[in-house]
Amino acid sequence: MAESMDKRTHERLSARDDEFAREYRQRLTAHRGKATWGERLVPLREFREAAAASGRQGSAKDRAEALKAYLRSRSDPTPVEGPYSRVAVFGGIYNNHYALAALLEDAARRGAEAVYCLGDLGGFGPNPESVWPLLEQGAVRTIQGNYEESLAGGREDCNCGYTDPRDNHFAEISYRYTEEGCSQEFKEYMGQLPLRRRIQVGNRELLLVHGSPRRINEFLFHSASPTPFLEALLAQNDCDGILCTHTGLHWHRALGDGDIVNVGVIGRPANDGATDVHYALLEERQGRLRVELLPLRYDYQALAQEMRQEKLPEEFVETILTGWWTTCLEILPPRERAASRY
Amino acid sequence: MAVAKPDSAQAAPGVALSSLDTLWFQVAGTVCNLACTHCFVSSSPTNRTHEFMSLEQVRGYLSEAAQLGVKEYYFTGGEAFLNPQMEAILEATLEVGPASVLTNGLLLDPDRCIRLEALATASEYSLDIRISLDGYDAASNDPIRGPGSFDRALDAIRNLVAVSINPVLTVTEVHQDSASAEGKQRFFELLRGLGVDKPRLKVLPVFRIGAEAERSGAYESWQRLREGDTPENGWEHLQCSSCRLATATGVWVCPILVNEPTARMGESLTDTLGEFTLDHPACWTCHVYGVSCRT
Repeated sequence: MAESMDKRTHERLSARDDEFAREYRQRLTAHRGKATWGERLVPLREFREAAAASGRQGSAKDRAEALKAYLRSRSDPTPVEGPYSRVAVFGGIYNNHYALAALLEDAARRGAEAVYCLGDLGGFGPNPESVWPLLEQGAVRTIQGNYEESLAGGREDCNCGYTDPRDNHFAEISYRYTEEGCSQEFKEYMGQLPLRRRIQVGNRELLLVHGSPRRINEFLFHSASPTPFLEALLAQNDCDGILCTHTGLHWHRALGDGDIVNVGVIGRPANDGATDVHYALLEERQGRLRVELLPLRYDYQALAQEMRQEKLPEEFVETILTGWWTTCLEILPPRERAASRY
Repeated sequence: MAVAKPDSAQAAPGVALSSLDTLWFQVAGTVCNLACTHCFVSSSPTNRTHEFMSLEQVRGYLSEAAQLGVKEYYFTGGEAFLNPQMEAILEATLEVGPASVLTNGLLLDPDRCIRLEALATASEYSLDIRISLDGYDAASNDPIRGPGSFDRALDAIRNLVAVSINPVLTVTEVHQDSASAEGKQRFFELLRGLGVDKPRLKVLPVFRIGAEAERSGAYESWQRLREGDTPENGWEHLQCSSCRLATATGVWVCPILVNEPTARMGESLTDTLGEFTLDHPACWTCHVYGVSCRT
């Protein structure tokens, strides 16, 4: 938009003692007693009076009502499934059919009455369609992730919103590979998946979403999700807990009125130097939700071999073999990034 | 006399607040220890359009923000660390949520960096520091940001790296190649050269207001949003659909329009949960360039 600064001006501004540079800078610091109002310099008082006259100043009652309206729960016609005494919930398969098979076995062994998937069936791993029969056999109740929304909607990218060119490069490879490997029928299956579900575990009503209750591609990371924010989400969604995925990192925070659980993903390790992936097992104990975030072992060597056969990037294979993410790291908040290898 | 009906397609559109996720603080007002030639708020050592915020003012907004479920807090100015209470303000903020500070780095000496690291470690939420630069070297940066500013920003980055804080480098498109893949790569290399092993970068367009209007010219009259420009999916891509800016004298819509008195929306956050009219040319930049000041 802005044209590059005139080269001569630029050069002259570089000179500390040049008169032109001094005068230019003097103009930039000519604010004594004045305020910038758009492109004008006006007396400070004029600016402050205009600002003070602008906007609302509600009474205490107005403000209390505005706050109440803001936090009011939104009506949600999503039917409540259950009640269950124990369920398994996982996210982000990323084509990892080895981990999905291991999960179904592990959840059954632990007595889960139902298995829920929070979306992102594809991406990253090999042979996208191979997870479909497993989902059917395991009677997995699934919701859409941003991958399903993009694939079913014919989008050209995964809608992760990366800005780093390197991340975009790998995201594109991953998305195109999955897009080409999914039949029209599989995409239609994805398109008819609901965007959210509600389940009852014991007496606790839980909302299941992919990113957050507000957006399918919102990241809820532990170090970037303040407790008051999560409490507001519970209030606005009228539930006792929210289960989500999308970030790839699992965590749980017990709040006064409920629980927030990011169930993690089973598609790739949690950027912690271990090859295990993670999922959540939930049950009710004495009126509270008991949350276990379980490490899951699977045949990661076989997965790595199949990824190489499919000529997927060696950077992806490295993640599977080492447990450290090599791509798409820009999404991590500082705390989570500091704990990562790359 | 008949009054012509305004053409609704020509009226400025309004953007609703979908949720208040990001709360900015104009924590150092418009006071800065630099006077950059592209500063859209014309911050300088003499600009007192907005004054420093006090710890008590910030606490008041933090408490209201917690009730509203705000997700993240950003601090800007002016130069944030000129505010003598800045570290206490950060400590109070990190008790309730993640915080990011936008700074030119001039005041990030080794001792302050040690204290910042201690604040970051003590919180369960992330602390992010964003350092501004406008060139890969002093020759391209200093004419914009002032003599010596390049070297001092690099010192700040080294001081942060020494305490394991990984800063985000913020650059504007004042040099047009900054946003290209090659331009970004050069900044990543600059950071790696300073010992940043996980380089992070934020690129922002320039806004033709404040000092920048003098440098490169103001907006053209057609660079305004009108009702007919409303995208199919509405205005949710604009940061004003999810942010507000607290100052020492009330709450503005966003950090860009802090020098527009009419962009002051109210005294408390709950006064500002309504719609904002996109009647400013800078709104055009946000829409066309998909700008978010968030990291």
